[in-house]
Amino acid sequence: MIDKRVASLSDAVAGIADGSTVCIGGFGDSGSPLALIAALIEQGARDLTVVSNNAGSGRGSGIASLLAAGRVRKIVCSFPRSEGSVVFEELYEAGKIELELVPQGTLSERMRAAAAGLAGFYTPTAAGTLLAEGKEQREFDGRTYVLERPIVADIALIAAERADRWGNLVYHSAARNFGPVMASCGKLSIVQTHEIVELGSIDPEIVVTPGIFVDRVVKVAR
Amino acid sequence: MKTLYTPLTRDELAWRVAQDMPDGAYVNLGIGLPTRVAQFVPNDREVVYHSENGLLGVGPPPKAGHEDPELVNAGKQMVTLLPGASIFEHTESFMMIRGGHIDIALLGAYQVAANGDLANWATDRERAAPAVGGAMDLAAGAKRVWVLMEHTNKDGSPRLLERCTYPLTAPHVVNRVYTNFAVIDIKDGFLVREILDGCSLDELAAMTGAPLLAAPDCRTLSRRPAPAGG
Repeated sequence: MIDKRVASLSDAVAGIADGSTVCIGGFGDSGSPLALIAALIEQGARDLTVVSNNAGSGRGSGIASLLAAGRVRKIVCSFPRSEGSVVFEELYEAGKIELELVPQGTLSERMRAAAAGLAGFYTPTAAGTLLAEGKEQREFDGRTYVLERPIVADIALIAAERADRWGNLVYHSAARNFGPVMASCGKLSIVQTHEIVELGSIDPEIVVTPGIFVDRVVKVAR
Repeated sequence: MKTLYTPLTRDELAWRVAQDMPDGAYVNLGIGLPTRVAQFVPNDREVVYHSENGLLGVGPPPKAGHEDPELVNAGKQMVTLLPGASIFEHTESFMMIRGGHIDIALLGAYQVAANGDLANWATDRERAAPAVGGAMDLAAGAKRVWVLMEHTNKDGSPRLLERCTYPLTAPHVVNRVYTNFAVIDIKDGFLVREILDGCSLDELAAMTGAPLLAAPDCRTLSRRPAPAGG
């Protein structure tokens, strides 16, 4: 029997080790797994590398609160500086956090490469710019491409709208964003969801993330 | 010297760009000025707006009582979806961008060079953290890159330059620039297609950091008609 449901948020984040690379879903607050992030803070893992599109906003919740708690050594991110990203900016200007800035499409493709078992890929994105420095650049058919390597993640934390006990997922509107690719690249993919339904009640035609990519599912209040 | 012109407002600039949106085009709207364009496209055209976070068919902001805080655009502002819209995950969204499926990327910019170089992600302020988002993917992957920007910085210094002084987003990618003073194509340099009523080419050149050439059919920058009753 396959049952990926766990009873509590603390069970959901149990065993996340210090030094882990943690992918955290969401585009700003849209699709951010806020309950799992709060549980991770409580769980206590530190020296984390966080992979996420943004670096949080405000101070009280989400990635900003994980940064404020001093748990993050490095963030791999496309758009860390945005409205309200005060915690990140303070840490960055004080030299207390390392930033690896990655173009957004390269960020998601590097996770996909890891999930797909690829050693890397050549992309035209960032060719001829500062973000290609130190990377192999190679010409194909007269155009310059940059070699990008996979992002190998220990953990993925994502938010889905609905799940079943096998871990099949559907999402809500634009909250889907990084969920599917992060679920597929995490060695341990942990999902918070508003609803856990009977096996078979999600139409196979509309499953967005197949359960093979998911390890733990926890229900949270809407 | 007394100036005889009034530069376009931000909404007038967005309106001007919207008049050039081709029927049937798939258009990515970047953060800032570009997101204003959607509201001004003539009603007789179907233009499909792409948002990098996984949306095609982006519509106007929601009416009160119909907000969905998770349904946002690239700037994290709430939007709606039009009939025919679709939702997809990030990797697929950037397949569309990087793979040349987007007809036009509308981007803001700090600087554009006469050779089409684009700088819109970092300035020369060293302490501030940079942010790039989808700009480099869009610049490298869209079929056409159109920039919307103020013609000069607030202190009057030019942003259209011989060479960008800020770090590049991508080299040789910008096809056209819409400013509050002119519409300029990039074809072996800056080619002025339209210029603000009352502004001479010399006056425009004084605000520009690289030589300008007027197109043979260069005309007055068309301006949004005043709203009825306004």
